[in-house]
Amino acid sequence: MYKSALIGLLSMLAAMALPQAAQAEYADVVMNNYSDAAGMRPVVFPHWYHRIRFRCKVCHADLGFKFKAGGNKITMAKIIDGQFCGACHNGEISWSVENCGMCHSGIAGTPTQIHGSTVQRLVAPTYKKLGK
Amino acid sequence: MKMKQFFLGVVALSVLPVVAIQVEAAQPPLKEVKAAKGHVSTANTFNRLLKKPMAKNLPPAEDGIHDADNDNTHVLQPPKIAYDGLPTTPFGNYVDWVKALDTNLLQPRYDRFDPTIEPLVMDLDIVREVKSTVPDVVFPHKPHTQWLHCSNCHPKIFIPQRKANVMNMSGILLGQQCGVCHGKVAFPVTTQSCTKCHSKPKPADWKPPQSETSLKDPWR
Ligand code: HEC
Ligand code: HEC
Ligand code: HEC
Ligand code: HEC
Ligand code: HEC
Ligand code: HEC
Repeated sequence: MYKSALIGLLSMLAAMALPQAAQAEYADVVMNNYSDAAGMRPVVFPHWYHRIRFRCKVCHADLGFKFKAGGNKITMAKIIDGQFCGACHNGEISWSVENCGMCHSGIAGTPTQIHGSTVQRLVAPTYKKLGK
Repeated sequence: MKMKQFFLGVVALSVLPVVAIQVEAAQPPLKEVKAAKGHVSTANTFNRLLKKPMAKNLPPAEDGIHDADNDNTHVLQPPKIAYDGLPTTPFGNYVDWVKALDTNLLQPRYDRFDPTIEPLVMDLDIVREVKSTVPDVVFPHKPHTQWLHCSNCHPKIFIPQRKANVMNMSGILLGQQCGVCHGKVAFPVTTQSCTKCHSKPKPADWKPPQSETSLKDPWR
């Protein structure tokens, strides 16, 4: 009786210490093309937060962000050059680039992807791609 | 006669629950009725492939992708607070982005610098007849051009010409055509959202096309 309660308590503690499965907000984008390798936390881009402030056109037409998580090959060199995130995170439109931890806030090892997508929720992606 | 039967019925119904309760109480305690030993193999769990529903709008520090040891993580805005007061939907961000924009509860900029520039909105509905019993698809340009630029879709995702594009659900679910955005950023494809796109009911005399094999079979 006491033993099983103890085991229960221990396994509860273990479950709390383990990293949880991702339950991220729909459309949170993790970018980790280079971050892990450079010893930085991966970047989490809150897509939903930005669409409250800007229409899609601003980023995807004017600033040229491609519709693909990780597909823009963003680097710090490009950002301080005023491209991509650097077009706004420059101390004029929004807080500037020295706030490393605001962007680099992900758990190390999290892969590049967009969260909560329909594909992730399928039992198994059994469909074949269409021919071009 | 009929009245009497009805009366008897009412009496029987009102007595029944009492009898049922008595029968329940008369049963021996649960432990002793336990069935013979054995358990359902883990291979046969109920809902073998059902994915658990995701928690709704968790704050960054608890969402499984943000590092709680990073001080800035706790400065980030939790989605629930950002969405407070916005119209809701049962899927995606649980926010009705179209309604939020139409009611001016959100005023996202169309230009990076100038908040007064208005979007180039085009009100043109495209109907796509579907070879299936589901309602036909209506693609409305209006809510799309409120957010997006023509060049976001034309010509890379869609040739700007009615019926010039091949579309189907397999492609959409894999992230092609409408699925470039729906299922990633804009409202996702779920059982509750089918009718957002499939919104035009079929004509009353519409019948599903029959498969060739079923037409050929004389015994049907
Ligand atoms: C506005 C958001 C933002 C801020 C602020 C920011 N970064 Fe980055 N950083 C990025 C993005 C996006 C990438 C690309 C992520 C990837 O794909 O791995 C990146 C990549 C990196 C990389 C790896 C690639 C490279 O270019 O070397 C390093 C190292 C890095 N950042 C360091 C920093 C440091 C140090 C700071 C603070 C001085 C900082 N970052 C601030 C967005 C940001
Ligand atoms: C503040 C800038 C910004 C705004 C506004 C914005 N996006 Fe994005 N979007 C991004 C960034 C950054 C990415 C990730 C790109 C990367 O990882 O290289 C992205 C990725 C995407 C993707 C790709 C998802 C995938 O991996 O397949 C889609 C689709 C998308 N956005 C659509 C939209 C739509 C629709 C809107 C308007 C409702 C919008 N975006 C508004 C910056 C923005
Ligand atoms: C079109 C302009 C624009 C672009 C491009 C942009 N941002 Fe932002 N971002 C903003 C603004 C404005 C804010 C809000 C700042 C504030 O509240 O002070 C913001 C806030 C944020 C926040 C903080 C969200 C919070 O919870 O407070 C993060 C993280 C962030 N941006 C990351 C990024 C990354 C990473 C990129 C590049 C992939 C990027 N942003 C590109 C304009 C932009
Ligand atoms: C979200 C994606 C999207 C955006 C943004 C968009 N369109 Fe379209 N457009 C479509 C789709 C889908 C069709 C239908 C194609 C089909 O039926 O094969 C279409 C069809 C058209 C057609 C053909 C109509 C006809 O009767 O043949 C024209 C013209 C057109 N769009 C112009 C525009 C213009 C101008 C804009 C910007 C103001 C715009 N579109 C923005 C997706 C888009
Ligand atoms: C480039 C991105 C993009 C593509 C491609 C796209 N959509 Fe959308 N769509 C959006 C956005 C953004 C909204 C605004 C609502 C939201 O974000 O949930 C929207 C809204 C809608 C709405 C309005 C929903 C409402 O609440 O009134 C319908 C219907 C719709 N889309 C159907 C389609 C169909 C059908 C296609 C394919 C032919 C398509 N969309 C392709 C981005 C896109
Ligand atoms: C983002 C818009 C959108 C949503 C959401 C959507 N559909 Fe579709 N659906 C389409 C389009 C576009 C087509 C292709 C129509 C055509 O033939 O031109 C289609 C076609 C279909 C077809 C015909 C077979 C095929 O693959 O072409 C079926 C069946 C179907 N949808 C069922 C569903 C069901 C069930 C749901 C909900 C789980 C759903 N759809 C949600 C846009 C959507």
